[in-house]
Amino acid sequence: MAPPRSFLWSRRIFLTLLTGFVLVPVYVMVSSSLKPLADVSGQFRWLPSGLTIRPYIDIWSTVPLARYFVNSLIVAGAATVCSVVIAVFAAYAVSRYNFRGKRVFTVTVLSTQMFPGILFLLPLFLIYVNIGNATGIALFGSRGGLILTYLTFSLPFSIWMLIGYFDSVPRDLDEAALVDGCGPLGALFRVVVPAAIPGIVAVAVYAFMTAWGEVLFASVMTNDTTRTLAVGLQGYSTLNDVYWNQIMAASLVVSVPVVAGFLLLQRYLVAGLTAGAVK
Amino acid sequence: MTTTVPAKAEVRQSSPGTADGPRRRPGRIRRIGLPYLLLLPALLLELLVHLVPMVIGVLMSFKELTQFYIRDWTTAPWNGIDNYRMSVDFNAPVGEALLHSFLVTLAFTLLSVGLCWLIGTAAAIYMQDNFRGRGLLRALFLVPYALPVYTAVITWVFMFQHDNGLVNHVLHDQLGITDKPSFWLIGDNSFIALLTVSVWKGWPFAFLIVMAGLQNIPKELYEAAALDGAGMWQQIRRITLPSLSPVNQVLVLVLFLWTFNDFNTPYVLFGKTAPQAGDLISVHIYQASFVTWNFGAGSAMSVLLLLFLLVVTGVYLVATSRGRRTKHA
Repeated sequence: MAPPRSFLWSRRIFLTLLTGFVLVPVYVMVSSSLKPLADVSGQFRWLPSGLTIRPYIDIWSTVPLARYFVNSLIVAGAATVCSVVIAVFAAYAVSRYNFRGKRVFTVTVLSTQMFPGILFLLPLFLIYVNIGNATGIALFGSRGGLILTYLTFSLPFSIWMLIGYFDSVPRDLDEAALVDGCGPLGALFRVVVPAAIPGIVAVAVYAFMTAWGEVLFASVMTNDTTRTLAVGLQGYSTLNDVYWNQIMAASLVVSVPVVAGFLLLQRYLVAGLTAGAVK
Repeated sequence: MTTTVPAKAEVRQSSPGTADGPRRRPGRIRRIGLPYLLLLPALLLELLVHLVPMVIGVLMSFKELTQFYIRDWTTAPWNGIDNYRMSVDFNAPVGEALLHSFLVTLAFTLLSVGLCWLIGTAAAIYMQDNFRGRGLLRALFLVPYALPVYTAVITWVFMFQHDNGLVNHVLHDQLGITDKPSFWLIGDNSFIALLTVSVWKGWPFAFLIVMAGLQNIPKELYEAAALDGAGMWQQIRRITLPSLSPVNQVLVLVLFLWTFNDFNTPYVLFGKTAPQAGDLISVHIYQASFVTWNFGAGSAMSVLLLLFLLVVTGVYLVATSRGRRTKHA
């Protein structure tokens, strides 16, 4: 059935406005990253007076961007791997077994989703400082400590979403595998995990994105050597000059990997959300 | 689904030689213990990153925990409910500021969630059927969501600059709507700035979820409605929107909690000390704790915030009552 004119017109207007709203900051980011400093210091101009790739060269020396990049990569990567692996086991247990305490577990996991990060920040900060003082293990300021704290966000979400996803994998499949002689772990890894790949990818993408973009814990729990991009990017604003062209160039460099990864994998994320969050 | 089961059964029959004795049937202890074994890593971590910090957080809220006791928080003196009394004493500076911050956060959250839902739902419905450029537009719409928060917010900070920002250039220089360049990151305008950034960053999530929800609506419903002579708009009002309601219940709750707890956006937008009009509660508590170094008061505020969210969520879940959690509970 052909949509009526009113629908088509309102759609055109709405989608045009929305595209503008979405695109303007993206345009500002891209165009400003190619402008000479004079262009971004004075009045805003839509078109640059001259194009330069200078900002892309300078970003690496103004602040130790490469180091922040590596730190972010390690922290976000490790947090992602940990939360996916742990969540796969937990979600499998909840999805396939009945056991005492299951209700308590799921309710706890679900409810930690809504806890404000600030609630955990203060105690974790003190726990890390105290562990450091008592044992000499430097959790505070270390990448390990940051990885651990990032699990506060990604783990509940991952478990929650994977339970829903595993539920959508027909039980008959892994029961057949059990009858075939697979152990429960064999059934998990040979049948359930492969069938739930979209959900697992979705969870991984989500975990990586939250860790890559997190600011609060990163700004409190890191030091000069472990600083992540989220905090390190603030280094481009010196007292005299704010290098907006460099800030935009660095922002783009930092964003491109996650945005590209997300756009490539968004199909899985949508599929994962359908199974996990919507049903 | 029905076709895969016989297929599996065939595989089973065709490979009878794989039987390897005791592993075929897990023992009774293993069967009972296994779920717990699978849960163990998650339990340990939940304990470490959620439960222990929460218990300590509650304990901290009853202590006079200033910078002098950070080296060993357990030695900080108890001060009973003083931190709580101070936080809810709305006539004194601390309580008054907290109440103000709470109200700002509430107004901000309701507006942001409402707008995100509205834009996301409209976009998802408009893009339900195929048209030229749909795939490209869809990918573009997900970009704000995919961008790391700080890069997105930093770009907005640049756009909101007083002297060299795009917003003032457009509103003042080009359109002449404002008679002089405005300050966006200080003063009352900061609320508008915060809301704009939050909606820009947040609506694609609503878009994603609603799109996913739309896929679950059976096509037959629309066909039947069309046969009955219902137009497009009627179909949207009578079929699409009501069918989305279970999805919306989850979506609105999640958006509310995320927005209410959001720290990253205001922190990157304003820095450690937010202007009054944009003083969201997370940053407010952060400031009370790490800038004025009163962890006891900060913890009490966190606990109060958590209690509020628990009550809101509880009421919400009871009110909508068809929440998905009943499925596993």
